Amino acid sequence: MSESFPKIALLGNPNAGKSSLFNLLTGLSQKIGNFAGVTVDKKVGTFKATTQEEFEILDLPGTYSIYPKSFDEKVVFDVLTDTKNIDYPDYLLVVADASNLRRNLLLFSQLADLEFPILLVLTMNDVALANGQSVNEEKLGQLLGVRVIKINSRTNEGIDQLKTSIQHKEFKVPNKLYDYKFVAPEIVESIPQIVPNANGYKALLLAHHFESMSTLSSLQKSEIQQLLDKVEFNSKTKQARETIKRYEAINTIVDEVIISLNKTKAQNYTDLLDKIFTHKIGGYLSFLIILFLVFQAIFSWASYPMDLIDKAIGLLTGLINQTFGSGPLVRLVTEGLISGLGGVLIFVPQIALLFLFIAVLEESGYMARVMFIMDKIMRQFGMSGRSIVPLVSGVACAVPAIMATRNIDSTKDRLITIFVTPLISCSARIPVFTVLIAMIVPSKLIFGIFNLQGLALMGCYTMGFLAALFTAFVLKKILKTSETSYFIMELPSYKLPRVKNIWYTIVEKVKTFVLDAGKVIIAISVVLWVLASYGPGDALQKAELEAINQAQSSQITYTDLQLLIESKKLEASYAGQFGKFIEPSIRPMGFDWKIGIALITSFAAREVFVGTMSTIYSIGQGEENNDTIIKKMKAEIRSGTNKPMYDLPLSLSLLVFYTFAMQCMSTLAVTYRETKNVTWPLLQLVYMTGLAYVSSTIIYQLLS
Amino acid sequence: MSNSNKSLAQLKEGETGTIEGFNNEKLSLKLLEMGCLPGCEVRMKYKAPLGDPVCVCVCGYDLSLRLDEAAVIQLKNKKIS
Repeated sequence: MSESFPKIALLGNPNAGKSSLFNLLTGLSQKIGNFAGVTVDKKVGTFKATTQEEFEILDLPGTYSIYPKSFDEKVVFDVLTDTKNIDYPDYLLVVADASNLRRNLLLFSQLADLEFPILLVLTMNDVALANGQSVNEEKLGQLLGVRVIKINSRTNEGIDQLKTSIQHKEFKVPNKLYDYKFVAPEIVESIPQIVPNANGYKALLLAHHFESMSTLSSLQKSEIQQLLDKVEFNSKTKQARETIKRYEAINTIVDEVIISLNKTKAQNYTDLLDKIFTHKIGGYLSFLIILFLVFQAIFSWASYPMDLIDKAIGLLTGLINQTFGSGPLVRLVTEGLISGLGGVLIFVPQIALLFLFIAVLEESGYMARVMFIMDKIMRQFGMSGRSIVPLVSGVACAVPAIMATRNIDSTKDRLITIFVTPLISCSARIPVFTVLIAMIVPSKLIFGIFNLQGLALMGCYTMGFLAALFTAFVLKKILKTSETSYFIMELPSYKLPRVKNIWYTIVEKVKTFVLDAGKVIIAISVVLWVLASYGPGDALQKAELEAINQAQSSQITYTDLQLLIESKKLEASYAGQFGKFIEPSIRPMGFDWKIGIALITSFAAREVFVGTMSTIYSIGQGEENNDTIIKKMKAEIRSGTNKPMYDLPLSLSLLVFYTFAMQCMSTLAVTYRETKNVTWPLLQLVYMTGLAYVSSTIIYQLLS
Repeated sequence: MSNSNKSLAQLKEGETGTIEGFNNEKLSLKLLEMGCLPGCEVRMKYKAPLGDPVCVCVCGYDLSLRLDEAAVIQLKNKKIS
């Protein structure tokens, strides 16, 4: 057999259980790609019926109808209406929620009119049963003219039957449910003369959407426009009429196939839980409690695997150094490549944990309620209820948070959310904040319970949060969009999350991060390493000699000498030179060239600031060194004066800088990955760093 | 008899109405797709803590929508029940 297997596209309403079915059929063979020209993710997997027979399964975004209302839905339209599209399927597997059959059959009826061979899968039969209803699938199959299979992805009921049916290709072109031609007979007849192959229902769809279709020539478009003008085609009225007529046809069918079980409705947990989760006080309170538990878990659990990754990278580096010595090439591998890889892997535990919780909350149906109670607040700032998940996740790490903006269907809302999320203080800022706060704020209790340093830390978080809201508010005014932002969404009934779905979500998110953002991070790490390890000409050797000479005049130990050499070398490196070069421009903020070096190296990740400071001040890298750094930095004298360098103005200025500045290449990489556009990460970099620069300068100049 | 039609946004929690039509064509398309059809019964289930968005029961499931979206849905004048 040839390389190309029959292509099956998986379609259905959102929340109908499409992803569960996709996971069941394809397992870990899933691959994530892109649909041509758009940022929508494309998930493809392989279903192995036998060792010889395989099917390629394409998971299309959930949609309520073939008439696109968002970019996700546009993809569905594009794939199904263009026979030349590389994703054009041979068969359709349509998933419908049995507890909500009417609404789910709308999409089916449209797909039927496109004359695809279809197999219909009914999910949520247990939910329907709990509502006292059952669907007669035989009857439904007869009326629709397709094979109907009931499944339960929790118990795997019906899955084997479905697999056999797919293997035997039991896909059938459904019966005509209603006559779409009556909507606009002239159109259906004339369009095929303008666009060959656009027969039947496709002709009608073309009349509605030709303007946004890239497959049509401008001549074809103008011809269609002329035709529409001639028959006074009103797209909206026609669409509304079509939908109403379709529902009429569907209602007759549904009335025949639904069996009422005449039993009292089972206790409705959804209504009960909604009383709590959407309550005026209870709603917000339960959200805060859940948030608190999630962050506790992330901060306490993620540190173990993160330490392990750190140790493993250290071990690997040591092993390579022992085996191959420490030549320049080896150092490039260990200190550039491998430490860059470590910088990527270190995020994995946080990403995995965060998406574990997001997936659980989403699968259970709770997330929709959070969006529901937060929507009005978020709307004031140009976002929607859907932005709440990324913003809150940003407290842990902006990288998974930005990846979580996928479910925001309005492009404008999504871009604003991506843009402002890095302003929310993430966990990588904590080490920097801790050192700087310790320098200016005494560790004292006020009112007997509040730790002063803790309050200062909270201040930094508040500052970031306010900046995010302010920025969003400004962007809301600037950004223009033709897309309407809807909040018309289903509030799904509460369900127990499925372990398998959660696992696949985690694997997918981690894979996307490591493969896509990872490349950028490693590349920048290598560049930064080169900058910090090499200098112009023999500058580094000179620096080493100078350190040795200096050491001879004052008796110091061997370890201290090594630290002194490292410090002098860093000063002489390109990074050091660059730090000195930018000193004039960072002086308004009160920074000197030493901080300049730290700014450059900590562009990789904010927490590197502390490490670089220890190198500059010749302190051995390692744990329990915070106190030493703080002591050394406190003792530093501003050159040309006899005042301490790290006084209140400078420390505050640095704190503000690290709160606002875009000192994180991983975030930039992931913004690029999610927007598929260099402009957004660049704007983010310029805006955040600019905001940091201006704020720090004002603070320093006012206070000093 | 009231002279102006009630919209879905004006229903109080627990109240029911019958959809008559829409006063915004673009939004009506989305609402129709979601099963808000003329003649369908719709019940205001509950409102978000700040009064907006609201959750209604229509076509046998729970739908959330903003107040200005709900205001698009016109209800039939109810006889006193």
